Amino acid sequence: MSKGAVLIKGAVLILGARSDIAQAVAHRFAALGHPIQLAARDSASLDADKADMELRYRVQVTLHEFDALATETHADFVDGLQTLPTCAVCAVGYMGDQGESERDIDAAIRVMRSNFEGPASIFAHLANKFAQRGSGTLVGISSVAGERGRATNYMYGSAKAGFTAFLSGLRNRLAKQGVHVVTVLPGFVATQMTEEMDLPTRLTAQPEDVAQAIATAVAKRRNVIYVRPIWQLIMLIIRTIPEPVFKVMKI
Amino acid sequence: MKLSGWGRYPIHEAQVFAPRSEAAIVERIRMGGLIARGNGRAYGDSAISRQNTVHMRRFNRMIAFDQASGQLVAEAGVLLADIIQAFLPRGWFPAVTPGTKFVTVGGMIAADVHGKNHHRDGSFGNFVDWVDLIGANGAVQRCSRQENTDLFEWTVGGMGLTGVILRAAIRLRPVETAWIKQTTLPAANLDAAIDLFEQHQDATYSVGWVDCLSQGERLGKSLVMLGEHSNLDDLNERQRKNGFDAGQKRVKTVPFDFPSRLLNRVTVRAFNALYYRNGLRKQGDQLVDWDSYFYPLDAILGWNRIYGRKGFAQFQCALPLERSRTGLHELLTAVSNAGAGSFLAVLKRFGEQQGRFSFPMQGYTLALDFPISTRTLDLMNRLDQITLAHGGRFYLAKDSRMTAETLRASDDRAGKFVQMRDDAALRPAFQSTQSERLGL
Repeated sequence: MSKGAVLIKGAVLILGARSDIAQAVAHRFAALGHPIQLAARDSASLDADKADMELRYRVQVTLHEFDALATETHADFVDGLQTLPTCAVCAVGYMGDQGESERDIDAAIRVMRSNFEGPASIFAHLANKFAQRGSGTLVGISSVAGERGRATNYMYGSAKAGFTAFLSGLRNRLAKQGVHVVTVLPGFVATQMTEEMDLPTRLTAQPEDVAQAIATAVAKRRNVIYVRPIWQLIMLIIRTIPEPVFKVMKI
Repeated sequence: MKLSGWGRYPIHEAQVFAPRSEAAIVERIRMGGLIARGNGRAYGDSAISRQNTVHMRRFNRMIAFDQASGQLVAEAGVLLADIIQAFLPRGWFPAVTPGTKFVTVGGMIAADVHGKNHHRDGSFGNFVDWVDLIGANGAVQRCSRQENTDLFEWTVGGMGLTGVILRAAIRLRPVETAWIKQTTLPAANLDAAIDLFEQHQDATYSVGWVDCLSQGERLGKSLVMLGEHSNLDDLNERQRKNGFDAGQKRVKTVPFDFPSRLLNRVTVRAFNALYYRNGLRKQGDQLVDWDSYFYPLDAILGWNRIYGRKGFAQFQCALPLERSRTGLHELLTAVSNAGAGSFLAVLKRFGEQQGRFSFPMQGYTLALDFPISTRTLDLMNRLDQITLAHGGRFYLAKDSRMTAETLRASDDRAGKFVQMRDDAALRPAFQSTQSERLGL
């Protein structure tokens, strides 16, 4: 690169921008010089984050009103973006409470829609635009909970399983059209969602680790990533336990 | 959870909270006995409260920057490292920096930290324009030299015992490059080192490394290092291409606790000999990047582990100018007679100091690290007494083991500080294990 040349980097759209992982991802890409589009409900409340990122990284940060569950608004949302991003990261997710989801089916549906229907809907719209353009990267943050249903959180897990399958199919469809899809299976992450849980430190990533892993995966066009490699092994074991054994396990 | 300061001594079982909103902090304040914690770089128990430690890491946003004045407004949990990363490329550098960049804005204000330019520019507090402080009643007060002046002055250097620092306006200084012109001057003994400091009062930065195992005529054998911010003219062609980019240093990590016996008279003596010889080789002028110059130890993540599992303590005192020569002589004699290895023996000239409860005073400061053992704890008690006998005082950000009696004897401001805390009902609303130990 010759001296003085300015490399314009493409915008990165962060869906569900309020979460700890989303914030870390936004910082990571802003630090690399990408303009950032933060999309969330009540997006005006992200003003302080916008100011912070603009000061730190001297990139443009824009705020966009976005409700993952209002799927009927998603087409307009995508059309309303001033610039179509080169990369979109979906950090939308809601764990809910398994017990509540069992008693109150409406609560269960909210968990399923938040983790599958909403994220899949917005990615479906973006995928078509990216395919039209012939470039772009979609990063879906799914979960190891989707690898096998467990009694303790299968509502969340089943929705994540759906999202993982969606991402896999989308990747397969778009591979020949210049669009790349990254599936992120982070394992335990120290976030607001897991604040009350007693997580083993060795298995728990920080949001910044997830962000770093995502930035690398985007640059190197990786397909499926676990943030901490140990999770690949753990999930391999969990997946291979025979069902007759698994169903009576407390896991 | 188990919580300690950077020295990993003492360790307390403490309840730690990391609130996400101002309202959540206020809720914690209602519980009483609170201390705010930044990045945990105070050496002892300054930022530990057994029942109510409030971690400020989530208040880490920069709010505004004024290109004309260099004033940065930031939340208390913003790291100095992040400030440098953001603003050095734009030609700004912290006006005062401590020896690590892994400290928060709130922590620097609470400890009123000093740097190698104290003799000229004073402490960090001189570059704080205002502080937003949450008091015992949960209300946020803007404190500055114009409004709530008393509270402002007690808060700078107040060790977090006047309330929770929420955000602050601090000033950066303009620089032309990311490089420092360093001049290394050897000093055969303590007197020679002090003479060098006195001769070079006009240097922007000055600091001395002392070989504290040398004895007799060589007592206080030192390297005195002066520094100036480089201009573009000082750089070679390659460096000048981007004068604010001095390259990335490779960071190493200490992977485990070293056995505590590793640091003994023999190894420290060998290290000191090497370091001194290396310093002699670098005599004269040298161009050094900002990171190596200001933060050499930051390049070794977790360097506190080299002192072993029991942790270490730092002893840092300041002595009034007229008593500095004799006082330092006695302190160094006590250390070298004890043969207690201290890797880091740092000597520094302090200039004038305002501030109601800040540590520095016109004179000299000496900082020493010791691995924790009954022997070194005894030695530090002796060093306390020598300091008291010469009218000196102690740095609370480093302290982990002093007694309340020693503090009272060293600093008649302590009584006034406690009086102020009682009058403003700040006790027991804000309390650390250090403030309990020291009766503050």
